[in-house]
Amino acid sequence: MQLVLILLIFGIPILAAIASLAFGGRIAAVATVVGGVVTFAACLGLIGDGGRGEHLSLGPWISGDALSVVFSLVVGGLYAGSAVYSVGYLAQHSGRSSKRFTRRYYLGLNIFCWAMVIVPLVNGLALIWVTIEITTVVSALLVAADGTESSAEAAWKYILIASMGLGIALLGTVIAYAAGVLASGHSLGIGFAPLFGVSQKLSPSMIRLAFVLAVLGYGTKMGLAPVHTWLPDAHSEAPTPISALLSGALLAVSFYAILRFWQLSRIVIGATFCRDVLLGFGILSLLLASLYLLSQKDVKRMFAYSSIEHMGIVAIGMSFAAPIAITGVLLQVISHAAAKGTAFFGAGVIKEKMHTKEMSKLSGGMRLLPWSGPLLMLAVLVLSALPPFGIFRSEFMIVAGGLQSSKDGLAAVLIVLVTLAFLGISWSTTRMLLLPPEEADESAHDFFDLQGLPAPMAHTDREDEHDRLARDWEIAEVLEGESSGMVGVAKLSMSAAKVPAGEIGKARRGEISTLMVVPMIVFIFILLLLGVHVPGSFAHLLSRATSELDGRLGGSVYHPMTGAR
Amino acid sequence: MFVPPPILTSTAEVVAVVVLLATFGMLRAPLMTSQINLYRLQSLAVTALVVVVGATHGLVGIYILAVASFVLKVIVVPAVILSLLGEADSNIAHSNVLKVPSMVLVALVVSLFGFITIDALHLRSATLPAPALGIAVAATLVAFVIIVFRSDVISQAMGFFSLENAVSMASLTVATAVPLVMELAFLFDLLVAVVAFGMLMRVHHRRSGTLSTDPLDRLRG
Repeated sequence: MQLVLILLIFGIPILAAIASLAFGGRIAAVATVVGGVVTFAACLGLIGDGGRGEHLSLGPWISGDALSVVFSLVVGGLYAGSAVYSVGYLAQHSGRSSKRFTRRYYLGLNIFCWAMVIVPLVNGLALIWVTIEITTVVSALLVAADGTESSAEAAWKYILIASMGLGIALLGTVIAYAAGVLASGHSLGIGFAPLFGVSQKLSPSMIRLAFVLAVLGYGTKMGLAPVHTWLPDAHSEAPTPISALLSGALLAVSFYAILRFWQLSRIVIGATFCRDVLLGFGILSLLLASLYLLSQKDVKRMFAYSSIEHMGIVAIGMSFAAPIAITGVLLQVISHAAAKGTAFFGAGVIKEKMHTKEMSKLSGGMRLLPWSGPLLMLAVLVLSALPPFGIFRSEFMIVAGGLQSSKDGLAAVLIVLVTLAFLGISWSTTRMLLLPPEEADESAHDFFDLQGLPAPMAHTDREDEHDRLARDWEIAEVLEGESSGMVGVAKLSMSAAKVPAGEIGKARRGEISTLMVVPMIVFIFILLLLGVHVPGSFAHLLSRATSELDGRLGGSVYHPMTGAR
Repeated sequence: MFVPPPILTSTAEVVAVVVLLATFGMLRAPLMTSQINLYRLQSLAVTALVVVVGATHGLVGIYILAVASFVLKVIVVPAVILSLLGEADSNIAHSNVLKVPSMVLVALVVSLFGFITIDALHLRSATLPAPALGIAVAATLVAFVIIVFRSDVISQAMGFFSLENAVSMASLTVATAVPLVMELAFLFDLLVAVVAFGMLMRVHHRRSGTLSTDPLDRLRG
């Protein structure tokens, strides 16, 4: 069974990518949704094996443990959610619905998710690097998918800075292998086992350098300050489903790479050095993100800074190194993925409905969007660590770990900075969601350039024009036979929903696509479950993964992937 | 225990020096075509090292890597970049953030830092040509200087490819045991990166009508 599940995880996204490339259009959408759901189901199927401490392996290149399963779940869940959301999202614009665009978009999405979901399951630091590099080049192209000047700028900054970071990470990987060659006196295989097998003899100074380079390099992709600068741009300019994947999954798998270096370094040089390095990056990230959150004007950019904040929290949590804090960190990674997925999906619906990401021009989200509005509000509350959701539990555990390891001051700093971030994020979203819908203000009038017409007339004309276009579009789609199936469901719901630019006050209540709401509901349910009652098998998985990171199982030193003690 | 023959150690050190000097050359080159030619030279040197590693280790399979490396880095990557230059009808970079002497001074300082850092690790082993590793790390840092201080997309991309050459060289020097499949995977990664860089450079040029990165300042805060 385990073999089948691993084969599904490695094979299904590739099959979906091939189908997307070959057919495009509706078949690509269906293949991607099926690919995402099956991959997620396969990841769920590995929970039991991971929790029991079974070693997952397939040939010399694939290897995993409980920690691998935790991170595969994160990617699998967001892959499924983004696939479903994408169907509704792409249907909102005729440009995005073309066969050419859907072929490229779904091809990129599937390869991106494939590369991310296999990162935790490949055997060895070098293979981790290769797969993460694939995620970079594919996702950079996806960031530029909308073809705007801003998205091109964001994509260039992203690929350049992330590639530089990965260059540093590769240097760290090479130095770790060099340490292994020195220790063993002969060539080493690329898997974890040969390197961890000689871990007691590795040069501490080389491993110290390798760890710092790995944190700096992979930290660039994880969004740790001060090497986070690509992140707000890429997350805000990418198509919304890609933003969710970048934030919830890509940052997580980069963190996973750091954790593997952590495991090696902890054996060779002890935990203190590793903790100090992560603490420095964590505090700086949390501090910067909390301050930037107070002054954000773009809703997606705000959530991007929130991602930096959460990566800071997990880095600080690892630096506490208490078992309860490590479990909290793992739970935080999962909860953050679900919450950030919901937040970006909700922000995407608002952007599509109101044609802007600028929070000063957004209002009335709760009234206009009967599902997405409240769900986005819930996501913001979750991200702010309010009970009874998963992030409340995980951050509580991290703070408890800090107190347990006598780092009361750091735990207090963590609480203060998280509260600051809460203020920033809740201040902005409260206005956007809870204030009543307003007529476009003067600045909005200028922004949308209504060609000097008196405002009421201009609004009316634009509304009529919009309705006419929407009606024509629907008729054309029906005539072309495109309005059946999932794409059709997404498109047919939009005529009652979309707001002409600048006319939020006159907008009609309604969702723009059912398929854009469903993933949010599922994620909020998962977050509630993680906060109220973590299922038994999943709790075992987290407990096992914590032991693997903590380095002790039954009082013996645990060697990752080999299971040797 | 495998002790590398003197020819491997010497070749590794010569190649490391060539890579470092070529990176310095790329840093100060006023013409983009000069940068591309220097990258060709650098890649040729790394390919030569791959051949020597194959010969000294008796690894026949590694010659495939040498051929792939030659085709990709000496022919394909420069051809892609040159075609973009042809489209852009531009060759002079005019993109130094600092004056050339200042950039070279900064590069000297960071390369010394890299070399000394590796030296401080006291890697005294018969299996490891430590000086070559130190020079490779120095070249990596100089490549960073190119990316940071040259503000045109061609130079920044060439800086990244040069960085990749320096790290490949380090990897060949210290971890020759990394299987052929892995090295090919690295090359595949480079190929994908070249495609992605090429596409994004084209998008940028089409949108802004220039190869300079100066217009890329819209997103802030």
